[in-house]
Amino acid sequence: MRLAAFFLVGIFFGIVATKSEVISWFRIHEMFRFESFHMYGVIGSAVVSSAIVLALMKSFNIKTLDGKAVSYKVKPMQVRRFLIGGSIFGLGWGLIGACPGPMFTMLGHGFLIFIVVIFSAIVGAFAYGALRDRLPH
Amino acid sequence: MIEFISQPWHWAVAGVAFAVVVFLMTWLGRMFGISSIYRNFCAMAGAGKKYAYFDVNLKDERWRLVFVLGIIVGGYLAAHYLASPGPVDISPKTVAHLHEWNIDATEGDGFLPVSLFNYSNWYGVLLAIIGGFLVGFGTRYADGCTSGHAITGLSHLQVQSLIAVIGFFIGGLIMTWLILPLLIG
Repeated sequence: MRLAAFFLVGIFFGIVATKSEVISWFRIHEMFRFESFHMYGVIGSAVVSSAIVLALMKSFNIKTLDGKAVSYKVKPMQVRRFLIGGSIFGLGWGLIGACPGPMFTMLGHGFLIFIVVIFSAIVGAFAYGALRDRLPH
Repeated sequence: MIEFISQPWHWAVAGVAFAVVVFLMTWLGRMFGISSIYRNFCAMAGAGKKYAYFDVNLKDERWRLVFVLGIIVGGYLAAHYLASPGPVDISPKTVAHLHEWNIDATEGDGFLPVSLFNYSNWYGVLLAIIGGFLVGFGTRYADGCTSGHAITGLSHLQVQSLIAVIGFFIGGLIMTWLILPLLIG
């Protein structure tokens, strides 16, 4: 049952990612060229409204379906990891114009080149797992 | 109703819609994040036997697989039943700049420069392979992507995620301004 709910949230995400146009290569390119406010508006309002929702859930003690309090598993502070890893992702984002979720949305759109992109991303994840002990974190 | 939804969404509406995703995920007891799926795919292929990083409890990650399958279906539904009346409305400055690169901003309904990224263009396929690799490698290295860091992390007021997002922009700006002009300019 719970899995079906995640499937539906996925469908909703796919629709939102499409209608907000954040899956568009052109929107990403435009964002990095600072020629439109659109992407900044979407990300900014997503963060602000999510922060409000989470703050309300925490302050009114709204529990999750499992009866637990809203919590966040804090990631250990590793500046180099976030900065270097983030920059590498940014290079890819600027090139292919899609982040991990939108890659699947674009595949659903019928842009079959994303089969290659997704497969390559899996290889990239594997390369990280294989090399991680030798990378600065 | 369908016609109303089919218009391109205003950024503020889109932002609130993403917050609904964050709310539903949180309520369902999970943290919204997508890029871990690439690690899970490696784990499903048996990479856990060789590298501890892929030693993932896949049963506990089934929700993410189902979520991602939903994203593909959502993309299909949006493209076929909720498509906007025209291509993505890119800024005239970007349109003019891409014109110099022989890219038409209406390609792929304004979603993808398909003249570059298609299977009959070996160079485009090569760039797609490189781009995918960088996204997969980088998001695992940074422990999150736009969903996990930029939306979930920042809305939980995490400095860690702010650093990652700064990284996303460093990489994106270098690609857009310094490397792409050499690759496709």
